[in-house]
Order: sequence, then structure tokens, then C-alpha cells
Amino acid sequence: MRPPWKLRRPDGALCGHCVTGPDKPVPPAASAGDVLIDVRGVDYAIEGHTVFEGLDLSVRRGRITGIMGPSGTGKTTLLRLMTAQSAPDRGQVLVWGRDLATLSSAQVFAMRKRMGMLFQNGALLTDLDVFENVAFPLREHTDLPEPLLRTLVLTKLQAVGLRGAAELAPAELSGGMARRVALARAIVMDPELLIYDEPFVGLDPISRGMIVRLIRQMNEALGITSVVVSHDVPELSMIAHDSYLLSGGRVVATGTPQDLRDSTLPVVRQFMDGSAEGPVPFHYPAPDYYQSLLAVEDP
Amino acid sequence: MSAALSDALAMRSVRKVGAVAVFFWRMLAQCGPALARPRLIVNQIYNAGARSLVIIMLSGLFVGMVLALQGFDLLQRFGSEEALGTAAALALLKELSPVITALLFAGRAGTSLTSEIGLMRATDQLTAMKMMAVDPLRYVAAPRFLGGVVAMPLLGAVFSVIGLFGAHLVGVQLMGVDRGAFWSQMQGSVGVKDVAEGVVKSAVFGLACSLIAVYEGYYAEPTAAGVGLATTRTVVASSVLVLLLDYVLTAYFI
Repeated sequence: MRPPWKLRRPDGALCGHCVTGPDKPVPPAASAGDVLIDVRGVDYAIEGHTVFEGLDLSVRRGRITGIMGPSGTGKTTLLRLMTAQSAPDRGQVLVWGRDLATLSSAQVFAMRKRMGMLFQNGALLTDLDVFENVAFPLREHTDLPEPLLRTLVLTKLQAVGLRGAAELAPAELSGGMARRVALARAIVMDPELLIYDEPFVGLDPISRGMIVRLIRQMNEALGITSVVVSHDVPELSMIAHDSYLLSGGRVVATGTPQDLRDSTLPVVRQFMDGSAEGPVPFHYPAPDYYQSLLAVEDP
Repeated sequence: MSAALSDALAMRSVRKVGAVAVFFWRMLAQCGPALARPRLIVNQIYNAGARSLVIIMLSGLFVGMVLALQGFDLLQRFGSEEALGTAAALALLKELSPVITALLFAGRAGTSLTSEIGLMRATDQLTAMKMMAVDPLRYVAAPRFLGGVVAMPLLGAVFSVIGLFGAHLVGVQLMGVDRGAFWSQMQGSVGVKDVAEGVVKSAVFGLACSLIAVYEGYYAEPTAAGVGLATTRTVVASSVLVLLLDYVLTAYFI
């Protein structure tokens, strides 16, 4: 039987597929204590361009939540809102039950000590070698003795397969290696919440499989809540418990990855099948193609 | 120029000065905690100071040599060649050394600071620090600012010493000014106040150049063009500000 938090129609009835259209999708129902991140009715615009309009979304404790969507739908922007790097124009973002807009910068920093974030490009500190990059949060926030610190760092580097690269500079790493080092740095403080921004982009199949396994292991063994922003559907399907599909500034579908795969909704099908034709335009708005070509010949 | 345009420019300038002042205040608050990691500051003194030594020493040498040539030509007309040591020392200590060192510092170390911090911003390193609950003002901006403030007076002192050596080389060795008169007149005429003026100017210029360099890098647009523009702004703003402050400080000391 389908658990009650799974897909619901706007009228509250359970649904085998996803919901979309003018009816706002209802996030998976969960008790208040079960929700770690709660995005409520968020509007957000950048320089007059609307990114989100009435966005509702929740991330449940101890689960892996995948956030998918075409490029430019605001997935990374959503992560910025969740981590208090940006503030919504309207609505609330609650993390651990606290409205981020009401927190002082000291409180935001205290909250961030409980979370780790993997950036798209790794964002390693270029003036430190690999070992010191991973050790950086420990040195800044703890007074651990050097031998213990060294053990912790090497353990994390071993987990991502880069213990042998401890003395290399970031400039000597490939893009995939830099991402793995960044992952080791993100988990070195044993965070309660891990946020991944496109963790699979640019990785070779071996590294990608390793990252998938690592995200799953950390969730299963340590109960770490994870938010994974990605448009790599196969990888996300392997690990996500809950998924959200964003498009046009709002959630257009929610459910398990299997639900999204089985969906017959055009917007979901287009994304899952990677089709250029569908509700999400592939082409940026432009004048008629034929007329544009003719205009070149006859200015 | 229309009134509206001049108002807009004035408002923009006021906003910029206000933004730099707020940034300076916030960074000052992080200088204390930054001192807890002296290694970071020492690294920045090395980057801003030691790595600028060659250009500072070369410039000091040639400025001192030119100063001696020009000074000798001028003083000879009044039969006062022995005063060359005094003239060179006062010009170097009070004026040329702090100003030229600051201009060179803005071009060498200032641009380096701006582009480094700007690139850190463009590659999300500053954001990554914030996400690790580490304030980039404490870890990145404050050590670089303090490093620049410490390095500038030291570079100014090196410039003065090498400049005097250059003046001695040309004045005494080449033009035949009496060695004893050169040094004794300098010793008799140059006081602590003259040295202090140069030190204070160097410290103030170091503070201004470092602040502008760090500010421009910290708020650089995170693109290749943005970092380039920020670097250019660092050199232009630092140079103009140094000359402006030089006038103010000179007027104060006279």
C-alpha cells in the first residue's frame, strides 16, 4: 500500500501519478517534527525576473530528497534560499523549525555548522592543499589534537578515494577529483544535513557510482538528511526517497522517482524522456526562424 | 553637465564612500579574531611585502640617483653642493618614498590582492567559507588588509634606504660631492619629525591602498571581466587617493 505521504491530489486524494497545472501540488504530508526544511509560499525574483511564485516544498528528516528540473528553473537559487544565502521576497523558509529571515548572522552561522554543502564546481580553497581543504572546517571550529584531526581527514579522504592525493594542490586535480575532495570537506564535520548542488555533473561513471553509493551510505548509516539538486534522472532515481520537479517557478510534480517515471503528465514525460517538444520550451523566445534568416539576406 | 546627472554622480560617490566605510568597520571588527591566526597575516606580509621588494628596491635606487643628479645641478648654481645629502634625505623621507612606494604597492600588491579575492569570489570560495560558518572577512579580508598595512611602512623604509644609497652613489662617487659633508649635513638637518612624517604617511597610504584593494576584490563582479574591472579600479582609486591624502598630510605636518 502507498504510504500516506506519497502523492496526493489537490483535493487530498491519493494519486498514482503526479499533479500539475493550475492546481498547486501538495507536498508530501508529514508531521511538523518530521520536516527539516519547509519552504512555504515563497516568491522570489532576481532583477524583475520571477524565479519562484508561491513555491511550497518540504524536506523530511533522515531522507534523501531530489530536486529536479530543467536548466534555469532556479534549483541552485532554491538551495541559496534554503541556506540563507538569499532571502525570499515573500513566504517563509523554515530550517529546523526556524524561519531563516528571523535569524541573526551569528545564528545563521551556528545553523550552518550543522549542514554541509557540495558546490557544483567544488569551490576548494586554492591556497590550501587537499588535506588542508578537508581539515579547514575542523581547524576553524574545533580544537582537536593534530593526530585526531589527521585521522579524521584521512578517513574522509579514504571514503572518497583520494587519500593518496592529500598533498596535491587544487590546481592539480581534475574536475571530478575536486568534487570528491569537496564532498570529503562537506562531510568532515559529520553534518545533520547535506546539500548537493549537481553532484554528478562532469563525473566519470566510476566516480558517479561512488558518489551515488556514498550519498546513500551516509543516509542509511548515519541518518543524514540529504537534498540533492540534479537533472541526472537515473542517478537521482537510485537514491532519492522523495522527488520534486520544478518548472516555471513552482513545483509541478512530487513523489518518488518511480512515481515520476510512471507519470503520464506531459511536463514530467518531457523531462524524463529528454524531449525537446513539450510544455517546457527548448528554444529561448525568438522571432520566427525563417523571417530571421531572410532578414540577414535583406536587412 | 545637467543638474540631474551631477546629482546622480554625487549620490553614487556618497554611496560608494558609505559602502567602503561600512566594509572597513565590519573588517576592523574581524581584525582582532584574525590576529589569533598570525600565520595567515605573516603569509600576507610576505605576499604583499617580500614579493614587492625587487621592484621597490630598483625604483628606490633609480629615484635616489635621479634625485642626486637634479639636486646637484640645482644646488651647484648656489654653491651649496654639500647640502645634497640633506636635500635627498628630506625629499625621500618626507615625500618621494611614501608616495612612490604607495603607488608601486597599489600596482603590484594591490592588484594582486584584488584579483586574488575577486577570483575567490568568482569560484564560490567565499560562499563556501560562509557555508562552512567561516566569515570570509575574518579569514580572507582581514589578514590581507593587516598584511598590507604592516608591509607598506617597511617597504617605504627600504625605499628610503636604497634611495639614499643611490643618491650617495651619484652625488659622492660620480659628481664628487664630499662624503663627510654629504652625511654630516644630512645628520644635522634631518630630525625625528621628518622621519615620523614619512612613517605616518606610509602607514596611512598602506591602510588606504589595502582597504581599496580588499574592498574591490571582495565586491568584484564574479566574472572574468568583473575581476579585471575591479583590478583597474584598485589602481586608479588607490593612486588618486594616495595623492589626495599626501596633500592633506603634508599640509598637516608643515
